[in-house]
Amino acid sequence: MAVIRDVMPAFELFQPATTDDALALLAKYGSDAWVLAGGLDSFDWLKDRIKRPKVVVDMSQASGLRGIKEMNGGLEIGAMTTLTEVVRHPLVKEHFSLLAEGAELAASPQIRNQGTIGGNVSQDTRCWYYRSGWKCYRAGGNICFADTPTAINREHAILDADRCVAVNPSDSAPALIALDAQMVIRGPGGERVVNAQDYFVGPDINIMRMTVLKPNELLTAIRIPGTWGGAKFYFEKIRDRQVWDFPLVNIAAAMKVSGGKIEQIRMAVNGVAARPLRLTAVESAVIGKPADAATGEMAGKIAIQGAVALRFNAYKIPLMRNLVKRAIGGVQEAAWKS
Amino acid sequence: MADMKNPEETTKTLSRRDLIKGVIAAGAVSSAGYLFRSSGVRAAQTQSAAGSVERLVTLNINGQQRPVDVMKQETLAMTLRYKLGLTGTKLGCDRSECGACTVLIDDVPHYSCSVLTHSVRGKKVVSIEGLASADGKLHPVQQGVVDEQGFQCAFCMSGFIMSAVGFLKVNPKPTRTELAHGISGNLCRCQDYDKILTALLKGAENMRRA
Repeated sequence: MAVIRDVMPAFELFQPATTDDALALLAKYGSDAWVLAGGLDSFDWLKDRIKRPKVVVDMSQASGLRGIKEMNGGLEIGAMTTLTEVVRHPLVKEHFSLLAEGAELAASPQIRNQGTIGGNVSQDTRCWYYRSGWKCYRAGGNICFADTPTAINREHAILDADRCVAVNPSDSAPALIALDAQMVIRGPGGERVVNAQDYFVGPDINIMRMTVLKPNELLTAIRIPGTWGGAKFYFEKIRDRQVWDFPLVNIAAAMKVSGGKIEQIRMAVNGVAARPLRLTAVESAVIGKPADAATGEMAGKIAIQGAVALRFNAYKIPLMRNLVKRAIGGVQEAAWKS
Repeated sequence: MADMKNPEETTKTLSRRDLIKGVIAAGAVSSAGYLFRSSGVRAAQTQSAAGSVERLVTLNINGQQRPVDVMKQETLAMTLRYKLGLTGTKLGCDRSECGACTVLIDDVPHYSCSVLTHSVRGKKVVSIEGLASADGKLHPVQQGVVDEQGFQCAFCMSGFIMSAVGFLKVNPKPTRTELAHGISGNLCRCQDYDKILTALLKGAENMRRA
């Protein structure tokens, strides 16, 4: 797609100060409206003329959605809190450093200064066929351009593909799943709360959306329970460049280890499917086992069961296997023996 | 003109405020006509709905109050360069991928190509033009860049300096690695990173001495 050095096409702009005002605007304008958080995903769509909303509802002035507060031994993070604010917050760093690590590995400093945690989990996929305006399944068409014999699909899915092979690009999402976070959603009918792992949807559920968020709803906050505070955490992100790039694969794990044995564990990966995947089969297989390289090796093999490579992304299968192994056994112990 | 022939009707339909707005808008449109040519489609005006925005805004840019006529879809980089003439801010990629357009908003570095101008109302914007003091004395980081000859072609320079100034407000005494991480959201096509880091570190040192 040629880069157009020009302003975006005209839209009507609203900058509501409250969630209620924003919801009223979404109810009024329906599918004509586009919700803008930090804007870093949105502006690409608008500048490239791929999406042409008539109305943009910019949440930047809704100060009530910004900030982090303690709640029942855990945290409630407003959806408009920037990634930098999340990374630097003392309570996040002290108790839930897994999230701080994931958020700090996203994008670049300036993007983290503006990009929000709500936007990071709700962002659209980076599949360039889709983002270049090709009319694929996800865009309402009847084909996946990334899954043809000549397609360039190095960054695409190895698991749970269903017609569409796009992946979820979020770095904070797997951390939030591993911390048993909950997403607080407000819509015309009031508030609903969904578990982080259920916030995301794959193409088998809805091929045109990444999350359960309906067009007339807003993600207002993310709640992290105290459950995993101070647990043993592991986050790793593999990417080509150490700045800007989305993950090829990333992994987040929270573990409680007692007497060398894994008592409780949550593990999630992203970049391998259209939604961040919680690895429940791995979790149940490693409970009661020592947190060492042998357990990690077993876990890695379980994790990649059912993985299917496209033409250019077969490397993601051993990559995911090794990341699972390292997350359990630690980097030192886990050097892969071939 | 019809307005001249029928002054009564004009006074009825045009308030003084609308007239002033119209004149300023016309000026802005004619001076920026080439750049904004493809945005002739006007979205329907919606009056007095919660959160609706006015076209005429006053922005705090480099410590000055600058009244400016801003389109809804206008980015801060466009406003700075083509409405306010502050061309020290460069536009490289216009996609948050290079850092040339970095400015400080309330002391925090942002890509001005990816900020709606309307969202900086009430905030303090500082561009490269706002760093030197009124008597022309360079900012310590700028002086460090001059001293060390940090840049080659320097298209990326103002972005790098703004990133560094913002980062040094949070971490005034960074190691070379920390500073490299702090300015990692800026690209240099001349691949002059080593010299740039040396120059910006010198700037940090200048700041601590000042």
